[in-house]
Amino acid sequence: MTDLSYVLVGIGVMALVTYLPRMLPLAIFRKRINNRFIRSFLSYVPYAVLAAMTFPDVLYSTASLYSALVGLAVAVFLAYRGKSLLTVAVGAAAAVFLVERLLEFL
Amino acid sequence: MSDQSLKKFWKGARDGFPIFLGYVPVSFAFGMMATEGGLPFWTAVLISMTNFTSAGQVAGTSLILSGAAYLEIGITTFVINIRYMLMSLSLSQKLEEKMSTLARCVLSFGNTDEIFAVAMQQEGRVGTSYLAGLIATPYLGWTLGTVLGAGASGLLPLSLRTALGILIYGMFIAIMIPPARKVRSILMTVCIAAALSCVIRWVPWLSWISGGWSIILCAVAASAVVALRYPVADEEAMS
Repeated sequence: MTDLSYVLVGIGVMALVTYLPRMLPLAIFRKRINNRFIRSFLSYVPYAVLAAMTFPDVLYSTASLYSALVGLAVAVFLAYRGKSLLTVAVGAAAAVFLVERLLEFL
Repeated sequence: MSDQSLKKFWKGARDGFPIFLGYVPVSFAFGMMATEGGLPFWTAVLISMTNFTSAGQVAGTSLILSGAAYLEIGITTFVINIRYMLMSLSLSQKLEEKMSTLARCVLSFGNTDEIFAVAMQQEGRVGTSYLAGLIATPYLGWTLGTVLGAGASGLLPLSLRTALGILIYGMFIAIMIPPARKVRSILMTVCIAAALSCVIRWVPWLSWISGGWSIILCAVAASAVVALRYPVADEEAMS
């Protein structure tokens, strides 16, 4: 069993370095930024961040590369059809589950 | 709270409901991992309630479980979380200018990837009540999922646990694809960032770049290139 005070300080450190990057820019930048490039840049950031977090990590998120590839394909298909967050996520997990059961027989 | 702000709060809470549903299984997986690793149940829940983030808290918790130094825990978690500076900067342009500093300080705690994405999709500026509602339901879901997962650790068969690993990415894909399908510049942003991220991971002499730095590099490069090529019209960007 890990020492409790170590765990609590560790959690405190994590919480602090998670909160500060979220809080500082919001508290500091109150005015509208007028520079067109920066405004364009900031409007693309969310999509770029999500894409960089998803690829290639999604391929390693399950028990095998094959199940992850099928799960990814199902997620992209469902999202392309405009399904909700929940449908896409659960659909991908269900596909992964099925493929991994199938792989057991191969 | 006036009737109007209460109404906005509930609208936000409703918009946050899909995120709530997406968070429950993801934080469930986190809670399971934490207690299986040997953390007491209540500390797993404490981590979720004070951190409220996925990638950073998973990485930080694994480091705590391996007995890492505070400095390593702090730097690793910080690097994974630097992306929030970009997102908060982006969100700062979307908030009503009159929002108080106190409200900004409190609400910034809830600026997760998904809440950020939904807030940015709103038409016009986002106010305190709406944002508070939009944070409240996912926060409940994140906490609830952790409670269930930390309590149920070991009850779920391995086969189910590995399938749940893809949930969080499914959610990201569901946020990215529909706008990328409609807007060419967003499609380019997604493709460039994804390609760069794969290159950094798979090219051997680049693999020293850790996950957190990689996300920042890819996001900055992809957004900058696309912003140069497709500058947004003045009002369409943030409104």
